[in-house]
Amino acid sequence: MSSVPVTPPASDALAVRLAGVHKSFPVKGGSSTVALEDIGLDIGTGEFVSLIGPSGCGKSTLLRIVGDLIEPTAGTVEVNGKPAHQARIDRDYGMVFQAPVLFDWRTVEANVRLPLELMTGAAGADRDRRVREMLDLVGLADFTRHHPHQLSGGMQQRVAIARALVFEPALLLMDEPFGALDEMTRERLNGEVLKVWARTGTTVIFVTHSIPEAVFLSTRVVVMSPRPGRISEIIDIDLPQPRTEETRESERYFELVTQVREALRAQHGGGASAARARAEGGIG
Amino acid sequence: MTDGRSAARGVLRTVLLLGVFLLVVGVLWEAFKWLFGDPWRLDDILGTGLSYYHQPPFDLLQASDLQLPHLWSIVGALMEPVQRNQEQTLLGYLVSAAAYTWAEALIGFAIGTLIGVTLAAIFVHSLFAERAFMPYVIASQAIPIVALAPIIVVGFGRGLTSVVIIATYLTFFPVTISQMRGLRSPDPRALELMRSYAASRWQVFWKVRMPASLPYLFTALKVAAAAAIVGAIIGEGPGGVKDGLGRAIVNFNQQYITGPEKLWATILVASITGILFYVCVRIAEAITLRRRGSTSA
Ligand SMILES: Nc1ncnc2c1ncn2[C@@H]1O[C@H](COP(=O)(O)OP(=O)(O)O)[C@@H](O)[C@H]1O
Ligand SMILES: [Mg+2]
Repeated sequence: MSSVPVTPPASDALAVRLAGVHKSFPVKGGSSTVALEDIGLDIGTGEFVSLIGPSGCGKSTLLRIVGDLIEPTAGTVEVNGKPAHQARIDRDYGMVFQAPVLFDWRTVEANVRLPLELMTGAAGADRDRRVREMLDLVGLADFTRHHPHQLSGGMQQRVAIARALVFEPALLLMDEPFGALDEMTRERLNGEVLKVWARTGTTVIFVTHSIPEAVFLSTRVVVMSPRPGRISEIIDIDLPQPRTEETRESERYFELVTQVREALRAQHGGGASAARARAEGGIG
Repeated sequence: MTDGRSAARGVLRTVLLLGVFLLVVGVLWEAFKWLFGDPWRLDDILGTGLSYYHQPPFDLLQASDLQLPHLWSIVGALMEPVQRNQEQTLLGYLVSAAAYTWAEALIGFAIGTLIGVTLAAIFVHSLFAERAFMPYVIASQAIPIVALAPIIVVGFGRGLTSVVIIATYLTFFPVTISQMRGLRSPDPRALELMRSYAASRWQVFWKVRMPASLPYLFTALKVAAAAAIVGAIIGEGPGGVKDGLGRAIVNFNQQYITGPEKLWATILVASITGILFYVCVRIAEAITLRRRGSTSA
């Protein structure tokens, strides 16, 4: 799309470069669904980019393509200057899904340790120190010996975040990580994610349904439109860092929330279809 | 943490349930005798000089004392010598026979579990192997064990080996089937997570599939425990093993006309052996899975 405003990434070094990415899924009967069409996006190292759009517009698909969990039908995906596949082999990705996906036979500590167990190099003592540091960072230092089923949903998701970051991946991919949590927990975890992001300097791609969440967290918000999934607008979030509770009350914050909302509405040509989009996507 | 206590409670519930089951069977048994069995009398009850005579309202051959002895006759027979002028009681004889049969069953159970777990691991990782060999695994179970036992004895000779093979044969199938489901049970997102770590198949197997399969494995092992005992008992006949419950059943079957109590006592001990084996597996399960959120009851 030529009308998409091209914003230069925050830094010279590119964490992610997507060019002409296209994805279609075969459907029974020989036809196919086009999930993504002509996606081009550059993300600089250390950026926090949110993907927002109605259900089924291809956000998860795009995230999975970046993470080399599925392959694009066409186009190129580069992560830290190498093909996505190589980046995965190099363990450049930390992933957090909507469900925590913890292993109930492992303690909190052992769940966070899992990626380190898979990767050679980290020695035992160093390993334990890193696990403890991560659990400290997400405020779970007192729960190391608990099992996942003994924790609340919000605490479980914090374990998942600690696990995703414990091996210091260059790129953190989060697919609606707080979508299943209540508003209060979600806001608290938003603050924690930003703390972790500031501390580790990881690049983050964050999929969400929530406009306030996207604006509060991001340096840029990528607005997507459905059928086929495209990038319809990219909005720079120029709120000062670090973001605090005051950020949520600032005038600029409300302006940006309105701007993102209108961008989402615009793709449907306003009026009735915009209301439908809000209902479908749970946006607003 | 209360995990240990709730695991113990789960085992206790199982044992209680089995106890209640045995009690119900006993009550039904005696109720049947009361209605259809032979008449009996009690003289001088507890030294009071009173006596009681019971005449069942109906008469059924199957409920007569020569077919279905009273429970107290069975318990009484357990305390008597096995044979005249022998010191060992029937109970002592049956307990040592049960121990022998259990040992055979345990070896078959262990080998069968190993085979089942290995086959499942191969089938889950190779669609080719599954397609090629799974039909044989299933077909193997279509052969009745009473037909298979003599063939195995012809092949492997009389003795312990044949009995163990039969116990193995009855164990490996439920383990294979259940373990395949268990190894396939992890959440697809968990496998995706492992993929994002570029984990090897080997790592996925040991860190995710194997631990996730344990509840399924134990479900199969509980079935297999009883099956292994049955297999060992059946195998002892054609296998010519003299020291186990199988031979005891054959012997007492021949004495059935004169004394059915011994046969029933043997059947009782065989059932209790199967139940004890089951309870052992249940305890191992409770200990292994005690820390998980979704421990089965
Ligand atoms: N594995 C798949 N097979 C077939 N269609 C798929 C698959 N994954 C996603 N899709 C389709 O691609 C589109 C985008 O899906 P998704 O990326 O999950 O959307 P979002 O995350 O934005 O809700 C949807 O129409 C969905 O039905
Ligand atoms: Mg999605």
